[in-house]
Amino acid sequence: MADPELYPADAYHQHASLAVTERPLARAALMALAFAFLAIFLLLPLVVVFEQAFSRGIAPFLSAINDPDTIAAIRLTLLVAVISVPLNLVFGVAAAWAIAKFEFKGKAFLTTLIDLPFSVSPVISGLVYVLLFGASSLLGPWLKMHGIVILFAVPGIVLATVFVTFPFVARELIPLMQEQGTGDEEAALSLGANGWQTFWHVTLPNIKWGLLYGVLLCNARAMGEFGAVSVVSGHIRGLTNTMPLHVEILYNEYNAVAAFAVASVLAGLALVTLVLKTLLELRYGAEIAATRGH
Amino acid sequence: MTTTPAFAGWRFRQPSVIPGFGLTLGFSLAYLTLIILIPLSGLVWRSASLGWTDFLAIATDRRTLKALEISFGTAFIAAAINVVFGTVVAWVLVRYRFPGRRVIDAMVDLPFALPTAVAGIALTTLYSPKGWMGALLAPLGIKVAYTPLGIVIALIFIGLPFVVRTVQPIIEEIDKEVEEAAATLGANRFQTITKVLFPGLAPAVITGFALAFARGVGEYGSVIFIAGNLPYVSEIAPLLIVIRLEEYDYAAATAIATIMLALSFLMLLVINLIQSRTRKRYG
Repeated sequence: MADPELYPADAYHQHASLAVTERPLARAALMALAFAFLAIFLLLPLVVVFEQAFSRGIAPFLSAINDPDTIAAIRLTLLVAVISVPLNLVFGVAAAWAIAKFEFKGKAFLTTLIDLPFSVSPVISGLVYVLLFGASSLLGPWLKMHGIVILFAVPGIVLATVFVTFPFVARELIPLMQEQGTGDEEAALSLGANGWQTFWHVTLPNIKWGLLYGVLLCNARAMGEFGAVSVVSGHIRGLTNTMPLHVEILYNEYNAVAAFAVASVLAGLALVTLVLKTLLELRYGAEIAATRGH
Repeated sequence: MTTTPAFAGWRFRQPSVIPGFGLTLGFSLAYLTLIILIPLSGLVWRSASLGWTDFLAIATDRRTLKALEISFGTAFIAAAINVVFGTVVAWVLVRYRFPGRRVIDAMVDLPFALPTAVAGIALTTLYSPKGWMGALLAPLGIKVAYTPLGIVIALIFIGLPFVVRTVQPIIEEIDKEVEEAAATLGANRFQTITKVLFPGLAPAVITGFALAFARGVGEYGSVIFIAGNLPYVSEIAPLLIVIRLEEYDYAAATAIATIMLALSFLMLLVINLIQSRTRKRYG
């Protein structure tokens, strides 16, 4: 960027606009193209969810939400998120501590492995647990003998969710903690703090907004996951149906209003996530680091 | 792990005063192994125990091949479309100032936040013959819902943020002096964009393409509602895995999953190679 001090504001602006931007017509065309694309592919689907949910008024919407099966699905979704998000949170902090604060062999490889679940189809993420714990697996007979139920029950759903949301917290924290270096921790240690004190009073305050950001994205995916959970759930209404799976069942029963009513709750959750995410980026952008996106 | 190595020159880790290396790395590795590595290697092991003849029979089954072709083909087309429009969206968001820019910028992440099943039923309703878009396209003879075109639409939705979020920071970093220099030297705006700016954006665009493509190949939730799921026509590979599982045909499900994994990794490897070449060429 040229130093604005060198040019009076107006002259600089005029000079810049001639050289480095498009003609007004091209500008308008590009903007129209971008807006039209976003309106058709992002805005319309979102609007349709709410339009369909309330297409028969508020009463059918409320009765769909108050249905015992829907309430059971909401409970299960919350339960799964409450278990799997903290697990990946602890992992994310531990992995980021090891990777960002130390230099060791094989670090790059480990970072690649952490990202692995992103390149695996959700269906395959569920399938691997069916192969591991299913009746035809090595573990299957042993589990059955001891009465341990993993598949088509809550533990299986939690495992599949943990697999799919595995990288979210770690990949937010690793670049952030690498950028922050080890100076603060070294200072705390040299002043006599022990390891835990250093973590709680020095590191954690430094990374809290980035941590929250990662948890937010992790939670959104945990509550919305469909493919992986669908494979391990068994689709038992009121028992092993999460909200996204309940949406599918209602939709396939041609109960569009109820399906979209439950979907609109999930869409509302997505909107809240986006608002919080944007607020975090605006207020604490520097403390979340430059890593944006999923 | 924290003991001093017996011989100098090779060290597992650089010395540091910071504590907790053994604990955090140990926990991370154990968790990674339990949650990701053991289950994934279980898949590969099960598929290896099938034997070559069985594996080949499943791999070359016409329905399997067609499903893979549909998954990879539609994901490729959707990622290509996203590269074009995603770059335009990123450009508009970075370079132009207009009211509501922040809201639109935030909305680009909607596909990351919206559960795929919700996107799936919304797109299906939108593009069914009676839906807002479907009714608009029907007189033109274009059917979207329950055709491969529907799969492409769903994958455009899913992949868009990958391209925008990869290209956007690179556009933000462009030094305006480069553009000014090009303009001073007599390039018109079109030449500046295609010959000066675009080569710098190419690695990011390729990365965005790769991410959108990889996600599209494996996508399930948003696709199965709109696809119609007709074998040989609009049946994607992840759905075929689910169908085989429901038939208790674990061998076939495992084999198809292994092929998908291998192909995805191969693709990412090739794209990484292309990327490092482009980087070298344009610095």
